[in-house]
Amino acid sequence: MKPPPFDYHGPASLGETLRVLAEVGPHGKVLAGGQSLIPLLNMRLAAPAHLVDINRVAELDTIAAEPGGVRVGALARHAAVERSAAARAVQPLLGQALRLVAHPVIRNRGTVVGSLVHADPSAELPAVLALLGGSVRLARLGGEREVAAAEFFTGPLESAVAPGELAVSAFFPALPERSGTAFCEVARRHGDYAVAGVAAAVTLDEDFRIAAARVACVSVGPVPVVADVTEVCGPRPAASVGWDVDWDAVARAVQDRIDPEEDIHATATYRRHLTGVLVTRALKSAAHEAGHGEQGEL
Amino acid sequence: MNHHITLVVNGVVREASVPARRLLSDCLRHDLGLTGTHVGCEHGVCGACTVLLDGEPVRSCLTFAVTVDGREITTVEGLATGGELSPVQRAFAECHGLQCGFCTPGFLCTATAFLRDNPAPDDEEVLEAISGNLCRCTGYQNIIKAVHRAAEIQAEEAG
Amino acid sequence: MSERREPAREHVTGVFGKRVQRREDARLITGRGRFLDDLGGNALAAAFVRSPHAHARIRDIDVAAALDVDGLVAIYTWEDLPGVLAEPLPLLIPHPALTHGRTAYPLAREVVRHVGEPVVMVVARDRYVAEDACSLIEVDYEILKPVVGVEEAAQAAHLVHEDVPGNVAAHMVQEVPAPDGRSAREAIEAAPHTLAFRLDIERSACTPLEGKGVYARWDADDESLRVYSSTQTSTSVRMAIAAKLGLPLPKVEVIAPDVGGGFGVKIVHPWPEEILVPWAARLLDREIKWTEDRREHFISSAHERAQVQYVRVGFDDDGRVLGLDVNILHDNGAYTPYGIIVPIVTSTQLLGPYKIGAYRVEFSSIYTNTVQVTPYRGAGRPQGVFCMERTMDRIAAHLGRDRTDVRAANFIQPDEFPYDQGMTFQDGRPLIYDSGDYPESLRMLKELIGWDSFPAMRDQAAAEGRRIGIGVGCYVEGTGVGPYEGGHVQVTSDGRVHVSTGLTSQGQGHETVFAQIVATELGVPFEKVSVVTGDTRRFGYAVGTFASRAAVVSGNAIALACRKVREKALRIAADALEADPRDLEITDGVVHVVGAPSASIPLSTIAVLSNPLRYAFDDETRRATQFASAPSPDRPPVSEGEEPGLEGRDYYSPIRSTFASGMHAAIVETDPLTAEIKILRYAVVHDCGKLINPMIVEGQIHGGVAQGVGGALYEKMVYDQHGQLLNASFMDFLMPYATEVPRIETTHLETPSPLNPLGVKGAGEAGVIPVSAVIAAAIEDAEGIPIDRMPISPSDLHALRLAR
Repeated sequence: MKPPPFDYHGPASLGETLRVLAEVGPHGKVLAGGQSLIPLLNMRLAAPAHLVDINRVAELDTIAAEPGGVRVGALARHAAVERSAAARAVQPLLGQALRLVAHPVIRNRGTVVGSLVHADPSAELPAVLALLGGSVRLARLGGEREVAAAEFFTGPLESAVAPGELAVSAFFPALPERSGTAFCEVARRHGDYAVAGVAAAVTLDEDFRIAAARVACVSVGPVPVVADVTEVCGPRPAASVGWDVDWDAVARAVQDRIDPEEDIHATATYRRHLTGVLVTRALKSAAHEAGHGEQGEL
Repeated sequence: MNHHITLVVNGVVREASVPARRLLSDCLRHDLGLTGTHVGCEHGVCGACTVLLDGEPVRSCLTFAVTVDGREITTVEGLATGGELSPVQRAFAECHGLQCGFCTPGFLCTATAFLRDNPAPDDEEVLEAISGNLCRCTGYQNIIKAVHRAAEIQAEEAG
Repeated sequence: MSERREPAREHVTGVFGKRVQRREDARLITGRGRFLDDLGGNALAAAFVRSPHAHARIRDIDVAAALDVDGLVAIYTWEDLPGVLAEPLPLLIPHPALTHGRTAYPLAREVVRHVGEPVVMVVARDRYVAEDACSLIEVDYEILKPVVGVEEAAQAAHLVHEDVPGNVAAHMVQEVPAPDGRSAREAIEAAPHTLAFRLDIERSACTPLEGKGVYARWDADDESLRVYSSTQTSTSVRMAIAAKLGLPLPKVEVIAPDVGGGFGVKIVHPWPEEILVPWAARLLDREIKWTEDRREHFISSAHERAQVQYVRVGFDDDGRVLGLDVNILHDNGAYTPYGIIVPIVTSTQLLGPYKIGAYRVEFSSIYTNTVQVTPYRGAGRPQGVFCMERTMDRIAAHLGRDRTDVRAANFIQPDEFPYDQGMTFQDGRPLIYDSGDYPESLRMLKELIGWDSFPAMRDQAAAEGRRIGIGVGCYVEGTGVGPYEGGHVQVTSDGRVHVSTGLTSQGQGHETVFAQIVATELGVPFEKVSVVTGDTRRFGYAVGTFASRAAVVSGNAIALACRKVREKALRIAADALEADPRDLEITDGVVHVVGAPSASIPLSTIAVLSNPLRYAFDDETRRATQFASAPSPDRPPVSEGEEPGLEGRDYYSPIRSTFASGMHAAIVETDPLTAEIKILRYAVVHDCGKLINPMIVEGQIHGGVAQGVGGALYEKMVYDQHGQLLNASFMDFLMPYATEVPRIETTHLETPSPLNPLGVKGAGEAGVIPVSAVIAAAIEDAEGIPIDRMPISPSDLHALRLAR
């Protein structure tokens, strides 16, 4: 299991990177963390003629946390974002999801933007971006565009990145006040891709009633499946008696939206069932966090 | 086409001329003769090839040597200092934390970095730290024990 | 060959039985281990084009495109193989019931029968280049119908081998009548209660972290070959290479260097690569190395476990089994190089610690277009124990009795040993248990896991909305099979003790354990003893490491060799000290008169005296030269019947296997919503006779249980209908990480074996054997759903819940 030969490019700046990418066009592949790409190369399941290694492009190694959200540069490693207190403060879901991405050693090398571009429907970060309605900035020689998550993930292992383009950063928007998030998943082994997983975000109104509730589901469709369940959830009066939400109805509403498939690890039926369970768990946990735990047991 | 690279491996400047596709694991083992780093799967799952890149554990089978030109690498051969075994090495022997020893270099490197950052870990933290390394021999029980024991030795020697 | 029946030496002193730290570790924790791929830095690399199809005829092989690859050295197909090398690989263990044994060619000839079968061998500058060349070689295949799944294969709509009707490699029946002469079927018919059910176990595999590998060096001047192989049997690989290459045996040496785990897969030999690499090395007069990669290991080595079992049992009101009738369909994959050892072990070891009234077992070993099946740690026992223990649980459920009571009602009692099960075991010898104490073992286990207090624990959990269950499983394991092993022990004039044995090591700590035996037997400091295993240059006669036999067979051979050395040392010392040898003892490497410590002579000096010299090269040796002393002129310097040197060689050939045993229990929790399965506690009572090093034995148990947990909850080889292995990577073949393996609580019981001088039994495989049975029982207990198929995933459990 050794990678096939390729022409190597090791640009030191963004400009140089874009020039090389323009030159090699569809024959080029970008190498960032390599934690998904290099296994494919080693198994000779991918054989790009040109590999454009961006690991020397220091200007892409950025994490910018602002009140509106977190912008993560193409070279920011999972571990760096996970450790970033500023990023966690602005968008806690990042940290909640990153803990579930593979193993710590993989996260030392893998990049957040790389995970998005890889667009594995079983991966956590695409679901996070989709749930939050974030975006990916794509640069090419002489221009750039910002692609919304809804348009970015186009199929299993397929994204909107065109030949000659580089995903330079991703933006994870912050949520309004009184919001909470959670990521719940079931994996076969700790650190494996999830059999099913659900990211949830809940925003409460001033009376601590559910004002908005969304989930994004992994491993149950060709791309992360986002469902807005605000209507089914609420608004429900906040009270010490609980949220009084018909969780089964919420789970059913999401289950109607997904299209899981059977594989060697799970049946489609199990994935559908599990997604229902995890929707409830994730939403309850997110709502709890949104209310800072002041609203009693759910 | 070969690339001329310079790595600082275990504190020593090493040079090599490698094709771009040479994996760091192969570069260390074959070009530099440091065969202590082992290759168990070449797709990043088993962790046997884990080395420290500027102090952080990474999979050397998922890293091209040319990418890390100019960086510092620590391998299992570099864990002992001045002929004296490190606390992690001693603890693994003391606790019977290895059997065939093939996965061991990856565990040793991973645990070394972990205990540097977290010198007094609890059970769950130890489990999480080594959760990306496969061992087929030990059932992990004595590896977990060894990581705790290494923390103890480290503390004793620091105190 | 020694046939002594000396009582076990009292190992009250010395390091025998102590938790001694391992010899091996110093090099392994510093990166100085020498595994196969750590050797031969300048060797050429071999790689193979392997079949992408499960069943196909090779129409044409076109290598033209590969010839331009820079760094290519050679390309070989079956057509290139000369003489016996072109014949099928050996059928290692023939058996009369194996009427249609078939083995593969080293490189495929005409037909490929599983994905991964080697078709073309490429030799190149390095592995990268070799793989480049492989990718350019075009093989034109005519696809044939693949045969996948043992039950489908048994229906024989299509054949794996054209000349094997019904896809049946072997069919075998063993029958043991009840004491009253009734057959199993008659006994079942007449029994007050009967049950019939089907059980199913899927494929797993050894998957050592280091794959296989071969490195060959041809010495053209000497016309000799040195081969390193990551094998469990270097002596037998050596003989196979000599035979296949037509070389005189003394011109071939095979060395098993540090081996990164074996678990059975490396006992199979010669692998195609083990003869092709040396052959090409000689032909090209270049060093060549092949290092198996992970994908190759999945698709072209060996798997195990897959069986379907049909069970009928008759029993009385106490749960005593009156008759048991088991029919096994065993999937042996595409070839049978290791014969039918696995189903024989299943059908014999199925009996466990029980007295079964009448027993009939029938198996068919069936070909499929999948990777061949050869022993994996446990070697058929996990399936047999799964069958018997699930049977015990079903009896208990049927009668509404405690599961441990039903087992106890069937136990062989301590005063019934030796106990003859009336069958023929895997070594062709009678299945006679030598010793054990099963009631005591069960008592200890129930105490360790808290069997009797579990109902309260279950109620408590239920009150919290949690679902937990408990399970138990018992096994008996025939260990230390023959035919023999040998040991050589030499004391040199520097006082060091050099030990060698022919069998190999894959992480079991043999260097340590054998040194413990030698230090104790010989009365020398542990630090003075060094041990070499698996190197034909040091010891040429051996069988190999399998069947939990190293400590039993090599351990006893080494002990017997030590006793020879000791005897000789005392004889020479008695002469020198003018004492009666019976008054002498060896302590810390010094022979002394008991009660008169000043009258003493170190073993190093005895080593000098034992070897009369003409030439001196240091102070020590000067004392042994011809003018240095005044030996008796009446007798030759080396007395008749003596040999120079303080050394001894001996062999241990067991009359039959010695039977270790154990019992495991587990408490599991199943999530009522997600169907996730978590092992809360895992307890083991283990009896391998006398313990040489409890630390190492516990390590073996831990590792075995972890593999068992893998086989119960995570690992299976998934083939699709086309015979493609869908999970040939560590991504999808789910070997447990630390996060999946529970803490294992272990207690030892020691019932010494009366069969061997050390009183030991094997311990290597034990841990894995009952795990699937135990976990299945615990899940069944938690869920109230019969579990008759393993492994089980959360998705499987969810499906069972829906079907309820």
